[in-house]
Amino acid sequence: MAWRWFLDAIRADSARRRREDLAESEPAPGPAPAVDDTLQLYFLCAHPSLTPSSAVALTLRAVGGLTTRQIARAYLVPEATMAQRISRAERTVAGVGLSPAGAKPDASGGPKRRGDVATVLHVLYLVFNKGYSGDVDLAAEAIRLTRQLAASVDHPEVAGLLALMLLHHARRASRTRPDGSLVPLAEQDRGRWDTTSIAEGVQILQTALTRDQLGEFQAQAAIAALHADAQRAEETDWVQIVEWYDELARLTDSPVVRLNRAVAVGEADGPHAGLAALAELDAAIRDSSTKPHPFPRREAVAAHHPRTRRRPGHGRPPLRRGRPPRPQPRRTHPPHPPGRPPQYPPTPLTTPRPRPSPRPLGASQDQLAALSRPGARGVVPPSGRLTETPKSPSRVSLLGL
Amino acid sequence: MAKYLLLKHYRGAPAPVNNVPMDQWTPAEVSAHVQFMHDFAARLEETGEYVDGQGLPPEGTWVRYDGEGRPPVTDGPFAETKDLIAGWMVIDVDSYERALELAGELSAAPGAGGKPIHEWLELRPFLSAPPTITE
Repeated sequence: MAWRWFLDAIRADSARRRREDLAESEPAPGPAPAVDDTLQLYFLCAHPSLTPSSAVALTLRAVGGLTTRQIARAYLVPEATMAQRISRAERTVAGVGLSPAGAKPDASGGPKRRGDVATVLHVLYLVFNKGYSGDVDLAAEAIRLTRQLAASVDHPEVAGLLALMLLHHARRASRTRPDGSLVPLAEQDRGRWDTTSIAEGVQILQTALTRDQLGEFQAQAAIAALHADAQRAEETDWVQIVEWYDELARLTDSPVVRLNRAVAVGEADGPHAGLAALAELDAAIRDSSTKPHPFPRREAVAAHHPRTRRRPGHGRPPLRRGRPPRPQPRRTHPPHPPGRPPQYPPTPLTTPRPRPSPRPLGASQDQLAALSRPGARGVVPPSGRLTETPKSPSRVSLLGL
Repeated sequence: MAKYLLLKHYRGAPAPVNNVPMDQWTPAEVSAHVQFMHDFAARLEETGEYVDGQGLPPEGTWVRYDGEGRPPVTDGPFAETKDLIAGWMVIDVDSYERALELAGELSAAPGAGGKPIHEWLELRPFLSAPPTITE
């Protein structure tokens, strides 16, 4: 009973606070400020002293101009809680202040700028991943904010994130069934992908990649672009995707990335190699004593490979470069509607550099093992890719852009 | 940011350290307990981490579908309940570690003698859709 008494008290209290907060702290959302000020706001709202959730809330409120109520609904928390989260965040950054009015944002970043591009991008990425919730389309909002940021600051990772968002957003209509359940990528109706978004995303990505400052968002966007480039699931260039996962693993060293890489390795080089990559990941996680959570999707990946193996036509060593047609397509996709661009992006994803000749069938065990070593690039040098990657790609230090 | 459920079981959980049932507390002890919970939730609201909390009475009814056009079947309430859920609190925090920390604090609510109950709370993460990025 004590629990209920206390709850009644809380409810009365929060109702009162909500009314006060609404009265006090809710100016009508105005038009977005001018670009230069907006850039300063982005940095302020991504101040390192803020927790990610506070930075997200403050960005949506201050930069995006959403109301506290909209943000609270999108994140499924009471409005009073969100109002507190935002006002705490405001207090935290109150002492930081904006750069002097009229200060030109420049790509090198000034000492006055608080926060940095990396944290801003992380915040926008979190907003995007929240997707559609409440009465606000947070994915579209994230794209809008990232596009605005890209217009203000010239940085390949900003472009990379924008490309990544566009490429993922392009697939949204095909990602869920009417009942809300998720459709795996291989089973999605590719005719419903938004080719305009894909073309724009690829174009932005290709421009960014020519700058030769690889970062994790560009690498993720490259993977998304390669998926988007395949008109049928079985045309997916898994070999190149594995190479981009290698880059991504170098940049982030995240177990999730390596798990996804194991999936890609399995698709590119067969279930044996995929399971080997998974075993390597298991060892890495076992060695880490700081893992408090179980790793649920690992079992799904492990289960995926044996299933792949049982499919007809997968018994032979599939170590082959290029795009060999799968002997047994998983399913038949409906023909693409007429008028659909036969191939996007406008320029081919692969550079004109000729692909190396196919790897020989029947790779040795050593070669298989080599595939699963960290940073392994396959038994032959990487094939042509979205752009020439330098021998040792510069690790973009986003801090202090 | 992830949401967690702090689930308070009356029975079914291991025995708390300070295992005196609430109906044997003095009014002052009950008040102190209530005040603690109140302060705890108020603090979470201020940190922007409070989502919801509800208490449940011991009595409940089992209900199930009984076929097209037929009224649902009900049963109970039952006097003996193996695992009684007394209430919950939902928090929205930045990390699993923070959720553990808060659950630990909530478990220290004072009981008989004004001493912490050390009651067991079950901490359950909310299921959420995987990020689209890894599809």
